[in-house]
Amino acid sequence: MTLVWHQFRYDQKAFWRNPASVFFTVMFPVVLLLIFATVFGDQTVDVRGGIETTTYYVPAIITLSIISATMQSLAMSLVIAREDGRLKRGRGTPMPPWVFISGRIGNSIVVALLMLALLALIGDVLYGVAIPWDRLPAILLTLVVGAAAFCCLGIALTAAIPSQDAAAPIVNALLLPLYFLSGVFIPDDQLPSGVIHFADLFPIRHFFEAFFEAYVPAGGGGGAAVSWDNLAIVALWGVAGLLLAVRFFRWTPRGD
Amino acid sequence: MFEPAISIRGLCKSYGGNEAVRGVDLEVGVGEVFAFLGPNGAGKTTTVEILEGYRRRSGGEVAVLGEDPEKARREWRERIGIVLQSCRLDPYLTVRESLELYAGYYSHPRPVAEVVELVGLGGKADERTGKLSGGQQRRLDVGMALIGDPELLFLDEPTTGFDPQARRQAWEAIAGLRELGKTVFLTTHYMDEAQRLADRVAIIAAGQVVAQGTPADLGDRDSQPTTISYRGPDGDVSLSTATPVQTLNELTGRALAEGFELENLEVKRPTLEDVYLELTEQGGPPA
Repeated sequence: MTLVWHQFRYDQKAFWRNPASVFFTVMFPVVLLLIFATVFGDQTVDVRGGIETTTYYVPAIITLSIISATMQSLAMSLVIAREDGRLKRGRGTPMPPWVFISGRIGNSIVVALLMLALLALIGDVLYGVAIPWDRLPAILLTLVVGAAAFCCLGIALTAAIPSQDAAAPIVNALLLPLYFLSGVFIPDDQLPSGVIHFADLFPIRHFFEAFFEAYVPAGGGGGAAVSWDNLAIVALWGVAGLLLAVRFFRWTPRGD
Repeated sequence: MFEPAISIRGLCKSYGGNEAVRGVDLEVGVGEVFAFLGPNGAGKTTTVEILEGYRRRSGGEVAVLGEDPEKARREWRERIGIVLQSCRLDPYLTVRESLELYAGYYSHPRPVAEVVELVGLGGKADERTGKLSGGQQRRLDVGMALIGDPELLFLDEPTTGFDPQARRQAWEAIAGLRELGKTVFLTTHYMDEAQRLADRVAIIAAGQVVAQGTPADLGDRDSQPTTISYRGPDGDVSLSTATPVQTLNELTGRALAEGFELENLEVKRPTLEDVYLELTEQGGPPA
């Protein structure tokens, strides 16, 4: 455990010094929230009997930032480290492989929690979307389950990415369309039901619904804050990702 | 007494139908600096990665520090250090932080500051690794392999692609390992590197060891005839002799007695390069 903490500390240093990870994982979601809130700020979304657009976008962009901090960030950084030969070098030391992976997952979950805090604060201060303190346990449970699941999916995805150059295009080609189709960028009420049904085939939509459920009080409070069925589907995706990762994850550069 | 750090018997490795290593036998003693010399594609990296536990062999027996690398345990990994052929470092960590990170993986690491000095990066300890030159990065690679204070170090082509200055820097770091009493297994395709660094050399070509010995006697270099060439009254002459002192004595005696000069007089023994090229061009061992 001490070793996991050790690994995590250096992963954190490297993460915050890397301009690409800071921009795409931290700044990009903030910019997206500001843009969506500014452009659509005075409208309402026909969900839960009508809510402010900003009330919709705060949990939507937090969802995106969690997936970005976990699946996207892990898939890209692991592929880069693998092709650099850094994973192979690490395997030549006495460090057990699970320590390395745990350090990275820990790094992702901590960044995801930070993004939750940052975006929730911006939502509260700039747009009056109150932080639902009373739902914090449900929010944190949803975040941790989702973050863990998307970490597993990100690690599994590395097996399908052949090179450093291919990492960003492959990850974005998967995630960006699903953000649109899952209602993260375009509110639910403007999406045809066929699109939603299609998006239901993938984990992003379920995670978004679970997180939305936890973050936005249903009709003036009350209601189950944890969307167990959506969260269970996300967890199943995570388990599938874990199995694929265990089977197909590679520590050596391609062609090695 | 010869105490083996590495012993290999009949090592084979094939990829699909392609036999990369075909029956290699080697012994490397504790405290020895051993160079595995051969052209690209001869099977050097395959062999060293089998010894490091990265690859599974197809046949033969391998013992590294008394253990089979395929069954490598954590305790065994504590005792070896590896410099891979090509490997970058996390560009956002400094030299010191990279070493600290790896020091944490071992139960009895060397002090980080000491390793920084040992590989000659004293002035660069707080520099990010992404800003180091190629030669400096390679020295840090050696430092990363040394941080766990291993008994045995593997260096896979430590200076390939380097300019002369960077090679010299890397060589200094490697020469320092000998003073620490480490056993070093080095692969290279540079003769001068093997000659300069190694106690013993084995030459591999097409997956087989074609010669081994000290850099001085490799390929029976010390017992091969010496070539004496000069220009005398009868034109250019080239003699091959097993007794150069006697031949030279006769020759200079004659020249003095008959009053002619031995222009362009040269006495040459086969260089390691001659031996190497001759052996590796055959593409296999002599029949």
